[in-house]
Amino acid sequence: MSAPLLSIANVSKTFGAVVALENVSLDVGAGEFFALLGPSGCGKTTLMRCIAGFETPDAGAIILNGADLSGVPPFRRPVNMMFQSYALFPHIDVFENIAFGLRRQGETKVAINTRVDELLAMTQLSSYGHRRIGELSGGQKQRVALARALAPRPKMLLLDEPLGALDRKLREETQFQLKEIQRLTQTSFVIVTHDQDEALALADRIAVMRAGRVEQVAGPMEIYDRPATRFVAGFVGETNFIEGRLARNAGAALITEFGPIPCDPGDVPDGARATLSMRPERIGVAQGGEGIVGFVENFVFRGETTLLRVRVAENVVLRAAAGHGERHAIGDAVRLRFPSDAGALLAEEK
Amino acid sequence: MSGRRRLSLGERLVIAAPYFWIAAFFLAPMLLVAKISVSQSVLARPPYRPIFQLSDSFADLWAKAQNFTLDSYRALVSDTLYVESYLSSLTIAAVSTLITLIVAYPFALAIARAPERLRPLLIGLAAAPFWTSFLIRVYAWIALLKDEGLINNALMALGLISAPLQMYATSGAVVVGIVYSYLPFMLLPLYAALERQDVSLREAAADLGASPAQVFFRVTLPLSREGVVAGSLLVFIPAVGEFVIPDLLGGSETLMIGRTLWNDFFSNHDWPAASAAAIALVALLMVPLLAWERARLKEEEEAR
Amino acid sequence: MSAAAAWARAATLVAGFVFLYAPIVVLAVMSFNASRLVSVWGGFSTKWYAALLQNAQLLHSAKISLAAALASAAIATVLGLLAAVALARFGGFRSRLLFFGAVHAPLVLPEVVLGLALLTCFVALGVGRGFVTLVIGHVTLTMCFMTVALLAALRDCDPTLEEAAMDLGATPPEAFARVALPQLAPAIVTAFLLAFTLSLDDLVIASFATGPGATTLPMRIYSQVRLGVSPQINAISTLLLALVAVSLGLAALVSYWRTGRNLRVPKTASHSPDKAP
Repeated sequence: MSAPLLSIANVSKTFGAVVALENVSLDVGAGEFFALLGPSGCGKTTLMRCIAGFETPDAGAIILNGADLSGVPPFRRPVNMMFQSYALFPHIDVFENIAFGLRRQGETKVAINTRVDELLAMTQLSSYGHRRIGELSGGQKQRVALARALAPRPKMLLLDEPLGALDRKLREETQFQLKEIQRLTQTSFVIVTHDQDEALALADRIAVMRAGRVEQVAGPMEIYDRPATRFVAGFVGETNFIEGRLARNAGAALITEFGPIPCDPGDVPDGARATLSMRPERIGVAQGGEGIVGFVENFVFRGETTLLRVRVAENVVLRAAAGHGERHAIGDAVRLRFPSDAGALLAEEK
Repeated sequence: MSGRRRLSLGERLVIAAPYFWIAAFFLAPMLLVAKISVSQSVLARPPYRPIFQLSDSFADLWAKAQNFTLDSYRALVSDTLYVESYLSSLTIAAVSTLITLIVAYPFALAIARAPERLRPLLIGLAAAPFWTSFLIRVYAWIALLKDEGLINNALMALGLISAPLQMYATSGAVVVGIVYSYLPFMLLPLYAALERQDVSLREAAADLGASPAQVFFRVTLPLSREGVVAGSLLVFIPAVGEFVIPDLLGGSETLMIGRTLWNDFFSNHDWPAASAAAIALVALLMVPLLAWERARLKEEEEAR
Repeated sequence: MSAAAAWARAATLVAGFVFLYAPIVVLAVMSFNASRLVSVWGGFSTKWYAALLQNAQLLHSAKISLAAALASAAIATVLGLLAAVALARFGGFRSRLLFFGAVHAPLVLPEVVLGLALLTCFVALGVGRGFVTLVIGHVTLTMCFMTVALLAALRDCDPTLEEAAMDLGATPPEAFARVALPQLAPAIVTAFLLAFTLSLDDLVIASFATGPGATTLPMRIYSQVRLGVSPQINAISTLLLALVAVSLGLAALVSYWRTGRNLRVPKTASHSPDKAP
């Protein structure tokens, strides 16, 4: 990556006694689709509002395209935002909503018409220009909000839970549309979401936030397969946390109360306590053969897989996903196998 | 929200005009009234001895402050006219508020339970008199209540009474006038509270074995408490200081503080006494308001 | 719901509306009574209305009242809007509590006290009382109602809409004018009408604040009414009531037409396919 488009350096922000952001540093590249992921109250929306200029950081710098944004009011920032509630102006029609930013820039009438028509076409709303906002469905409103924010050709688009108000079916379709529009416009998108599936599906890179801090910044695959912290492993996807002590002799393994589990030791020292994050679908389930013995306690049919709860020790129940077509009953004895690259070893948290 | 933020220049420009107006024509006059209330009454125009002047030095102010007199307040307590006016104002306002509540509650309930498409029309019709002249609505009752008025005529024609009832120029007429004039103020908050009540709550109560009366007293009434309190305050507070209604419908023996104040000011020219009475009245009205505000804040905190 | 409950409801509604409207209707009918006496129906006549036109004093006062109501409503609406914006959008600034209290206090203050305070102030300043002081008094009274009404309207108005406008390059005043103001328009009109009505109707503040030459219509009516029921007062009261009735009717029609149009909207939206062609 060349010089980043947006560079956030050591940004902190408190509201009274509540710490919303604590020393946050991030870079977003030009043309990147970036996601801020975290539970509600983790500071992701505050960070976005700091970028847009609606909040002023207590400390740190936000640099866009080499220029420090501190003190620059929202209406002079080359950044546009798509609001969670869409914030469409109810008293003017779709066309005028999209043209709003262009008119503030003093564009010519012809330029405005061309640009708005282009955006209406891009968002498949061509015949809706003269509709009132109240006459639109939720999905249409979402597309108008997107078109309006894109119209002034911002250097960066901020999207606050852009799919949050849509129902599940529409959400998946819109995910593809959003990705396509981002590819076409070559604009950096920064999306705020609490939905891990959304972040994994859309983003080139994800920053996972928790309590005002950034826990990990990485691509979706790495976030999923190599979570840096216990929080990231637990928040993104389902996982088992297996406690044990690392033994580095002859093919490293985590020594647990139900047996050794092979793993990549990373930089965890020999003999240290550690936790292994193991995704259910990476655990092999078989009726016999090699592996750790366990008993099926319960199971849930999930369509493509069946999720089993398998007791492997007196106090340890693991979740494992059995493939389609495999039948299990409560009380069955099964064998669990753990490929050595399946888990992510997490050092003990302080 | 009790921040100590400084306002920007633009924000100051916005707030300057209303701030100036309220300071010049409300706060300053109220301070002046407070000041006059501790002055001595003189037979002159203005009929009080000025206490402070702009040219006063600090030493002068201190010297003059020694001249403060609480005579007017002392007179307020010892003068039976004032004491009786206050007591009678509070009584009339309280009785009127209670009757307004009793009249308005079934009315608001009937509107709130009417078919949904009729409700805006009904509440609009019920609130419409609020937009007409208060004075005229009070005046309209004179023709009804007088000895030779329509109610007496009708009752005599029906043979229910042989001689006209004395209704006009009584405290009862004042109560009727207050109930009539302030009915919309009670009706609107009650309606708002009743209309948003979830039907399923009543259905759940009935389902659990409550009789219609029990549903009303255990569910509907407690849930409309906020409307009852708001409506009662909206009636009680202006009723205490009411001038027009006791003056037009009340008799000479109907004492209400608003009327006593008015007479002191225009007829007796005793400004210090009237000012002291005004300050005392404001203090009196602040008590229920502050109590309400405190209860509301407490509830809000508990809800958190 | 049972039939008995429905009957009780209907009876309550009828009783309530009779109580509210009967006195007004009686007053209006009496204004067409040829007889001077309330108790005697002397036949239908419009002579009291004709007499009104001859009553120069009353007509002059009506003009004063209308002019004062227009002027004070206009000033109060502007001041109330500014005060409401400050209270709704400036957050917690210093002296907010004082401002908030001072703006709301006249609402609960007896009019007699406010009038008395204004009068002492005018006398202390040596200002001659007349039309100007009348308008000042009415603005002070009505701007509080304006502030409360417009504050409620502003709070209903989503602040993220203004944020969105600023995000799209509008300065804060521009965002307010282009986004908040159009949505506030109906509330502003209602507030103006309320201020107008309050001023037109006020007796107490006017009695304290005005001076010779600027006697208002309510003051004239009041001095007549103290002497008893007067057919001419019945006539002018009926005219004023009719004016309000016509205005309210028009307002109701306009709002019916507007909501009627809005009610059709979801239908067309639900018929159109969600995905654009």
